[in-house]
Amino acid sequence: MEIVIPPFDLKSISPILIITISAMLILVADVFFRKTFRDSLGYISFLIVVLTAMVACTQMGKTVYSFSDMFVVDNFSVFFNLIFLVSTAIVILLSVSYIKQEGINYGEYYTLILFATMGMMLMAGGADLLTIFLGLEIMSISLYVLAGFRRDCVRSNEASLKYFLLGAFATCFLLYGIAMLYGTTGTTNIKEIASFLANNPSLSNPMIVTGTSLLIIGFGFKVACVPFHKWTPDVYEGAPTAITAFMSVGPKAAAFAAFTRVFLVALPDVEQKWSIILWVLAVLTMTVGNLVAIVQKNIKRMLAYSSIAHAGYALMAIIAGGDFGSSSLLFYMLAYTFMNLGAFAVVIVLGRKGKENANIEDYSGLGFKHPLLAVTMCIFMFSLAGIPPFVGFIGKFYIFSAAIKNGFIILAIIGVVNSVISVYYYLRVTVVMYMKKPVREFAPLSLSPFVILALIITLWGTIHLGIFPARLIDLAQKSTLLY
Amino acid sequence: MNLPILTIITFLPLFGAIWLLFVNGENQEKIKRIALVIAIGDFIISLPLFFKFKLNTSEFQFIENVSWIKEFGISYHVGIDGISLFLFLLTSFLTLICILASWNVKDRIKEYMIAMLILETGMLGVFISLDLFLFYVFWELMLIPMYLLIGVWGGPRRIYATIKFFIFTMAGSVLMLVAIIVIYFMNYEATGEYTFDLLKIYNLDIPMGAQFWLFLAFFFAFAIKVPMFPFHTWLPDAHVEAPTAGSVILAGVLLKMGTYGFVRFSLPLFPYASHQFVPLIAWLAIAGIIYGALVAMVQEDLKKLVAYSSVSHLGFVMLGIFVFNIQGMEGSILQMINHGLSTGALFLLVGMIYERRHTRLIADFGGLTKKMPMFAIFFLIITLSSIGLPGLNGFVGEFLVLVGVFKTNVLYAVLATTGVILSACYMLWMFQRVMFNKLTNPENKKLKDINMREWALLLPITILVFWIGIYPKPIISRMDVSVNHLLTQVDEKYKITLNKLKIEDEEAAYAIKEDESTEHTIEVD
Repeated sequence: MEIVIPPFDLKSISPILIITISAMLILVADVFFRKTFRDSLGYISFLIVVLTAMVACTQMGKTVYSFSDMFVVDNFSVFFNLIFLVSTAIVILLSVSYIKQEGINYGEYYTLILFATMGMMLMAGGADLLTIFLGLEIMSISLYVLAGFRRDCVRSNEASLKYFLLGAFATCFLLYGIAMLYGTTGTTNIKEIASFLANNPSLSNPMIVTGTSLLIIGFGFKVACVPFHKWTPDVYEGAPTAITAFMSVGPKAAAFAAFTRVFLVALPDVEQKWSIILWVLAVLTMTVGNLVAIVQKNIKRMLAYSSIAHAGYALMAIIAGGDFGSSSLLFYMLAYTFMNLGAFAVVIVLGRKGKENANIEDYSGLGFKHPLLAVTMCIFMFSLAGIPPFVGFIGKFYIFSAAIKNGFIILAIIGVVNSVISVYYYLRVTVVMYMKKPVREFAPLSLSPFVILALIITLWGTIHLGIFPARLIDLAQKSTLLY
Repeated sequence: MNLPILTIITFLPLFGAIWLLFVNGENQEKIKRIALVIAIGDFIISLPLFFKFKLNTSEFQFIENVSWIKEFGISYHVGIDGISLFLFLLTSFLTLICILASWNVKDRIKEYMIAMLILETGMLGVFISLDLFLFYVFWELMLIPMYLLIGVWGGPRRIYATIKFFIFTMAGSVLMLVAIIVIYFMNYEATGEYTFDLLKIYNLDIPMGAQFWLFLAFFFAFAIKVPMFPFHTWLPDAHVEAPTAGSVILAGVLLKMGTYGFVRFSLPLFPYASHQFVPLIAWLAIAGIIYGALVAMVQEDLKKLVAYSSVSHLGFVMLGIFVFNIQGMEGSILQMINHGLSTGALFLLVGMIYERRHTRLIADFGGLTKKMPMFAIFFLIITLSSIGLPGLNGFVGEFLVLVGVFKTNVLYAVLATTGVILSACYMLWMFQRVMFNKLTNPENKKLKDINMREWALLLPITILVFWIGIYPKPIISRMDVSVNHLLTQVDEKYKITLNKLKIEDEEAAYAIKEDESTEHTIEVD
């Protein structure tokens, strides 16, 4: 029997290839040239990510299905790839001095980050449920290891183990869901599922119903929406801060990319009729995230709950659906990347080895001891709270508009009320910075040129895109070609 | 010449704030001077608006319209008419006064001045925006510096007060955001154009049911800001804790944004709902007038007294707006300016004695006239202006409002008038306790009269107080056309809606008749 090798198009996966190959090279380089290379691995990885981003940009504007329709390059995936690459680049900048300071400067750190990025890109470009699953696993396994990277720290180990156990469990749900869909439709390809469901009444079929519910649980775990969020605070608190920053943006965006593609393309019918379920999830996610964030004392935990709340806003975009909904999701994820990574950058700058200074009270009086840093933090907090003229406001405005346009006015009202609740805890950070006396001396800041660059990039994104968002909105609108 | 004058005036303070960022914080004198120069410059270049303002058109003037976020139809569309002109000028004037009044702030003067200047940009922007989105951006933007001003330079309970201020205002305004987006899509469905441009949206005929909810959403945003009676609780806290300049800005400008919002947005966008809501708003306004006055009467703290008097005064403004006639509306707008001047000045005066004595309790004072005669004169003039003595500014505004109210509803007018009487009671009683009586407290014997800087603060305000009181024509004549236009606009749209209602009623009646007649025929059969 002759085996036919289906045609494959390496060009379509060139960004993924670059990342994968260089990640392996870095691993090898670390083993053989440990002494000469170790310190420069960070810069090299950064340059690789920048290079990949440039290659990814050239893919803008085409739609290519390759590998027997398992993988797709379209504007939607390219836009998400850019989000992943921006967040990876910033996280690498934050990591260079952070991992040295924490004494965890091992070569595989960057390799794992790059592998995780590769997994995310696979998820965004997955045109087949199996590709998505593959990407999700690559990403998750890298992150399980990264979360426990502070090997001598109990909390970090706890984070890793918790994340792994719960994550593996959630992945089972996802896989089982995929199996159910396959069992009914006879395919795992997203487009084929869509056309199968278009011709067959789907909602009466218990297999489809169960399969879809299982998918929601699987993705819900990855985007950390309530009630599948319990892992988030512990993992975020225990993981190395740079990795927490990474987890709060990249993987979340990746899960949303897959979530959107599966629900808006493969299961549009289910999405519309089931919007009430997502509706409830979104409301729960926003409200629980924001309310619990109010009582947090540790800033990493607070940001963890805030990221749960933000997942709720992003879910709103999926519920709204349509072009408007998916472009608002794209815009929001990028906006969130800048402002959230910025906030984490400040947390990293204020941290010391063995002493993270991550209690909000530790920031007392920062405003007048380190005015520039405090202003920066203020801007990120106001942006996260959704106050103009920062990018967070435009992002929220976009999502609320999408929700209102598609008739979800009550949801939008719950959303805005939630932003008011969130104002309280974001403001509290500014309150302790500017209105409280310092509780103790500030140690010198751990400012390296890389962290400063990261701060500048995130600030630029937060302010510039807040005042002149037109081009990005245009790009996001062109990137919704899902249908 | 097409100089973008409004943009220059609005963003000059922001430019000043950025300049200050690069000045060494140790050099306090320099910082204060830069801020002052920027504020003076800003005020001076805003003056030509007054003189070049065309009296005979209701169109917006000094218009600039540039596309900002094309994808959403958001534009940077600014302009002023007779309604916003004076609030705009008042803002640049009061900011100048406030910066001069903050000369003795020692603590972190650089950040203070930066906040002040950014605040000015935000406030000016609110009054010139002719794009709903732009308006919302400025409206929220100005929260941040105000929040910092109260929270960093305020009194002992400043954190509580400032968070309360922020959350109250934000809670109101986010609902407005939802309403703005809803209107945006309604307008799209009606015209096929995505736009936030207010002048285009004015032409939109919003269905009655929707008007009700949208009006309510805007109402919360504006009523909290005004603040109207049950939403006022943030105000006394914010006023008491804010530094002097913060209080002046808060009373002088921030509260006016609420009333301005009603005039600019609520009335013309939702004329039917506005008419429907008159009883509710009128009764709340009257409750505010009387409640504010009564509570002011029993205050022991001077600042709290003035704060509650604001609640009372703003009740007049609201009442004047919602009687839908020219006297009421013009009186209201004039009263907004008057309140800005006289209450602003009252806060300045309270600030002056607080700086000297570090107390604001009425009981700690008494007999100050003997030690501070000039201060007493200014204080008396401003007090009388706040009460509404004929010949001073307060009288003109209050009188017009009351005339307007009387024309539509005598009961409202009678009840509102009690506010005038009550205001005379609490203000004069306060004045008597602070300034007259015997000088018993030994601390007060060391008091010095006002210095040159304080003269410079009070004199311009006093001149304006007399000017508006004696010859308000230049101001009223500039409002006339715009207010008339606004009222006809509201009236026409209201009548159209009423006609529709009538037609619907008739159709319904007709349908019932037809039903009856068919039934009848069946019976005949």
